[in-house]
Amino acid sequence: MKVLVPVKRVIDYNVKARVKADQTGVDLANVKMSMNPFCEIAVEEAVRLKEKGAATEVVAVSVGPTQAQETLRTALAMGADRAILIQTDQDLEPLAVAKVLKAVVAEEAPQVVLMGKQAIDGDNNAVGQMLSALLDWPQATFASEVVIEGSKAKVTREVDGGLQTIEVDLPAVVTADLRLNEPRYASLPNIMKAKKKPLDVKELGSLGVDTAPRLKVVKVTEPAKRQAGIKVETAADLVSNLKTAGVL
Amino acid sequence: MAVLVIADHDNATLKDNTHKVVSAAQAIGGDVDILVAGANTAAIAAEAAKIAGARKVLTAESAELGQGLAEAVADLVVGLAGGYDAILTPATSQGKNFSPRIAAKLDVAQISDVTEVVSADTFVHPIYAGNAMETVQSTDSKKVLTVRPTAFKAAAEGGSAAIESVAAPAAPAKTHFVDQKIVKSARPDLGAAKIVVSGGRALGSAEEFQKVIEPLADKLGAAVGASRAAVDAGYAPNDYQVGQTGKVVAPELYVAIGISGAIQHLAGMKDSKVIVAINKDADAPIFQVADFGLVADYKGAVPELMSALTAAGK
Repeated sequence: MKVLVPVKRVIDYNVKARVKADQTGVDLANVKMSMNPFCEIAVEEAVRLKEKGAATEVVAVSVGPTQAQETLRTALAMGADRAILIQTDQDLEPLAVAKVLKAVVAEEAPQVVLMGKQAIDGDNNAVGQMLSALLDWPQATFASEVVIEGSKAKVTREVDGGLQTIEVDLPAVVTADLRLNEPRYASLPNIMKAKKKPLDVKELGSLGVDTAPRLKVVKVTEPAKRQAGIKVETAADLVSNLKTAGVL
Repeated sequence: MAVLVIADHDNATLKDNTHKVVSAAQAIGGDVDILVAGANTAAIAAEAAKIAGARKVLTAESAELGQGLAEAVADLVVGLAGGYDAILTPATSQGKNFSPRIAAKLDVAQISDVTEVVSADTFVHPIYAGNAMETVQSTDSKKVLTVRPTAFKAAAEGGSAAIESVAAPAAPAKTHFVDQKIVKSARPDLGAAKIVVSGGRALGSAEEFQKVIEPLADKLGAAVGASRAAVDAGYAPNDYQVGQTGKVVAPELYVAIGISGAIQHLAGMKDSKVIVAINKDADAPIFQVADFGLVADYKGAVPELMSALTAAGK
């Protein structure tokens, strides 16, 4: 069974994003970039499926600029077998990414597409669901446990109020939630080995996918700032302040 | 113009999120219909019909719709989409599950977690964990949006919309429900609570979390929340998590106990009206957003707070 793992290069999760003064976007010049945390969890799960013998090959794919090769090398160092970069300098919307991934799925014919539930830059939480819709495959989102049994996957999902377990026929799209696993660190020898693993680079244009934007970004602004608060000395002070503020 | 709002419910009662999404729909303009899809819709539809401003309430019943299977809900909504210019869903875990599937089937973009309707085609939503607000104009013929309920006021009651039933789609062939474990709680729903008391890593254990956070929440009639660190460490269940990837809350009062205030946590609570932080580290980032901060160990501070509340007649 082949597993395809889409990964995204995003701003490092510890960095506080700053809005550009001209309101055209977020300033990403000289900002530390990393693999999206949810994508790391997806790579880890795919590698664990391979270690358990449920998967035979793990292919990482990214859609993005030349620098996304570093993200793919990270996936290779974690245990992916090979990688594909669909190279573009455009900033694609989730629907366009889903269409690009559909074209990759058509070539690679994986049994499972395992990906993160959302990227921490756009916060859209949409690509996995869109890809499964375009492929007409079942979807299992926000997974906290994945068990592959023959031609089916049993997936426990994190839902509001608790957990839900569903069973989907393969091929399927599964999106990873935080609790699915704890991603491993790539060791130095594995990072060295990853440099020798195959990484195909394809131009976005060669896929013939319509990636025209559907949304026009009017502006990007800073959120409203909160007024500075005060420090209180005792719990009794706190209660009287809350009474004055009208929230008790 | 016609807008379809997909109701949020638990197969027993209608949730207030529906009222909030109806007000977002009214901001778009035109006729607003509400779709109640579930396993047992009669009572829920009757409640939805009372929302002021609704033109009609559509109901569809099947076991798969009751289980919230994305394939079933998406098939139903795509079938109805011809009559609508916009389809709005609350940004709950269920809504996030099926809404992008609907958008892709209709070949339109989805705008996620909308916090403001600027006009019928222009919307504001947060990106980068709420550190930037993006205003986007849609060029698609149909708009598919998930709406952040806490950003909108609930639509009033007092309507009497007609209820119409529509056929449920065939059961999805490739997805099957196995089971569900829903945590039962007598406390208010985290997303809708007026007061939220949240605990973080500093609590140190599940026993301590229960001993410290829960009695304070009960005294205040509050819902209980937690930081990711507390959830990951097993102090609190997953669905208590407040933050970028958990629940987004905006209560009147948010009390953060032993929470440092990482970017990802702030994304889920910084729109609360009043924020209180109790933390022994005076430099914790949480104090930068707190209206009232108490620099103290929770071990002494929470019991003192309990007795101060009792003294104040709570």
